[in-house]
Amino acid sequence: MKYVDEFRDAQLVRTLIKAITSATSQSWNIMEICGGQTHSIMKYGLLDLLPNNIHLVHGPGCPVCVTPIEFIDRAVHLSQQPNIILASFGDMLRVPGSQSDLLSVKAQGADVRTVLSPLAALELAKQHPDKEIVFFAVGFETTAPAIALSIIQAKKMELNNFSVLVSHVLVPPAMEAILSNPQNKIQGFLAAGHVCTVMGTREYFSIAKKYQIPIVVTGFEPVDILAGILRLLQKLEAKDNVVVNEYKRSVKEDGNLAAQKTLWEVFSPSMQKWRGIGKIPQSGLKLNKPYRKFDAVEKFELQQIMAEESKICIAGEILTGQKRPFDCPAFNKSCTPENPMGAPMVSSEGACAAYIKYFNQ
Amino acid sequence: MCLAVPGKILSIDDSDPDLIMAKVQFGGITQDVCVQWIDDVAVGDYIMAHVGTALSKVDEADAQIMLDSLAAMGDIDPIN
Amino acid sequence: MELACPIPISDYDRILLAHGGGGKLMHQLIEKMIFNELKNEFLEQTHDGALLPIKGNKVAFTTDSFVVNPLFFPGGNIGDLAINGTVNDLVCCGAKPLYLSLSFIIEEGLLMDDFWKIIQNIKAAALKSGVKIVTGDTKVVEKGKGDGIFINTAGIGELIPDLSINPIHCQTGDVIIINGAIAEHGIAVLSKREGLTFETDIVSDSASLNTMMEAVFEVSNKIHVLRDPTRGGLASTLNEIAQASNTGITLYEKNLPISESVKGACELLGFDPLYVANEGKIVVILPEDAAEKVLETMKEFPEGKGSCIIGKVTALHPGKVHLETVIGSKRMVDMISGEQLPRIC
Repeated sequence: MKYVDEFRDAQLVRTLIKAITSATSQSWNIMEICGGQTHSIMKYGLLDLLPNNIHLVHGPGCPVCVTPIEFIDRAVHLSQQPNIILASFGDMLRVPGSQSDLLSVKAQGADVRTVLSPLAALELAKQHPDKEIVFFAVGFETTAPAIALSIIQAKKMELNNFSVLVSHVLVPPAMEAILSNPQNKIQGFLAAGHVCTVMGTREYFSIAKKYQIPIVVTGFEPVDILAGILRLLQKLEAKDNVVVNEYKRSVKEDGNLAAQKTLWEVFSPSMQKWRGIGKIPQSGLKLNKPYRKFDAVEKFELQQIMAEESKICIAGEILTGQKRPFDCPAFNKSCTPENPMGAPMVSSEGACAAYIKYFNQ
Repeated sequence: MCLAVPGKILSIDDSDPDLIMAKVQFGGITQDVCVQWIDDVAVGDYIMAHVGTALSKVDEADAQIMLDSLAAMGDIDPIN
Repeated sequence: MELACPIPISDYDRILLAHGGGGKLMHQLIEKMIFNELKNEFLEQTHDGALLPIKGNKVAFTTDSFVVNPLFFPGGNIGDLAINGTVNDLVCCGAKPLYLSLSFIIEEGLLMDDFWKIIQNIKAAALKSGVKIVTGDTKVVEKGKGDGIFINTAGIGELIPDLSINPIHCQTGDVIIINGAIAEHGIAVLSKREGLTFETDIVSDSASLNTMMEAVFEVSNKIHVLRDPTRGGLASTLNEIAQASNTGITLYEKNLPISESVKGACELLGFDPLYVANEGKIVVILPEDAAEKVLETMKEFPEGKGSCIIGKVTALHPGKVHLETVIGSKRMVDMISGEQLPRIC
């Protein structure tokens, strides 16, 4: 596949590893924000290739993992109502709520549909005018514009049987939350290439300046990730706290302005709870007034469904890079991908699950 | 966090100006993708698709510059 | 019977609960749609079981159940899947498949026409692989209690002399062969699920492999392990073998046969093709010096055209499967936890 295979090239990987090794004079803690990058790092065994003094810390950029537990409970509750079809991205289905998960309730007869796109959920609403279609809207800035587009379309087509259970999260406020923690160990960021494809790179200039930290916008293929690490190391070694774009084939400084316009037409930033981390101001999205009738929480009066997380697991410290999965007493013991306790074990790209799946012990 | 895949545009349907759709080829399969947010989109272009929407047009020149400069790094300092 | 193969029961266009009730309707269904189509001297015994002339006393016996949604998919339906799956299980024991049983559990409301199509695929698959359906059973369950139709099978095969095939025989130094592109069945089925809309030319690889493997047995009796990597994909099968034999398995990613279509679908869905189901693939593990002749023979058959070596057995990392990636690194390939779900991230 074009723009995929060239960036999985063994020769380029060897070149980059050699350059990274010679560019490193000391040990560095680097966080890749995005769970998709964590997934690639594990899938391609990049940890084994990198010199030992580069510590990759896996960030909170997995929207499935950080969706608050009460939202899973709300989705489960909705899917059990006789007249409701709950549409969701596939990776949300296995995430445990406080009692159950969507895959289990589906097996018991709940109408839960996996869709690849919110536009497919909209199609369901058209095909089933007698049913309520609720779309479980999770994801970062990358995904939220597509959800916004489907809501605009629903309004235009007067599809009043369509609504969304919104639990979106935004990246820059989470980075600030990590950096403003007094225990923070992160010295440089690989920023999420596909979030930046939508939002551009400008948001990161002030973060780099305020926290004196270099940020490199990075893609997802092994060559992209290693090129991002190399650039970040060069900036770290030179104490050059700037924002660099190493994913130019997809990311432009302004991002995608049309997608941003769609996003802000429908949503505004709001306080958001992150599973394993807690509340972060302005790190989520709420529906703007003209679109509020599509809010499933209001429509089905779900506000009273609340839940608390397990106190045993150290998900919060793992997601903010203070600890590693191996540091958790429950890791691979009482907490496994089959029986996940905390957020980073639930999605295959969550830091803990990724460690179990790929780590070459 | 966000799986976006490069695909090649095979055809464009702009009959609804608020929802311009394209048939996009990913390896050997095709999928309908909304290309509403892509300027000057044309058949043959590669786009990055995420959950059924195109987020960007893949910049061929920038892709090539990156690959060339990395290849040049290897040429200068051959790896055994 | 007319050439157009008209459906013999015209009174009902759907399966009713009564078609499993033991009465007239059930007998009509069995007589006209099953016996008449699949008839042979053993089925005509019409016992509850079949009395079989087994030469010697070494037989392989297997059973399997087939549940697939959707029932019809590009490249086949649940009918041929059931026959091919059972035949291939016997082949993997080093046996020549001979006799199969079929049990249908049908959900009330299944279209008679669909049942007919399933029977026709059963007929064709049995004919192609040279096995006979010698006994069977039909039950109908209430609507909502089944997924259209479930098929349970059993199969008996005659062990081929001089072969000793067992996962525990997997040895350091052996090589691993597969007979073509992986993950085709799983992706073909998935492409027809509601909500997962993508267009593809991928068809299921559903096929019986006994003809090809009997030719292989002719040229080599050195095969250590045979397994069909169905549910859970290649990764799960190889993990089972590594664990059973306490050997390590190393796969070469660059050698894995994967079509452009499957590759595209897996990229888009966030799937790993190593965990996607196959229904016409066989993993052959044998000493390296026996590989060339076996590969040559396999390639002479349409179901073996894409045969190639994909890995080796090693003393390193016993019980585990490792992948040498395209970029030259290594990672562990674990068993999968549950089925893969399309990812956005």
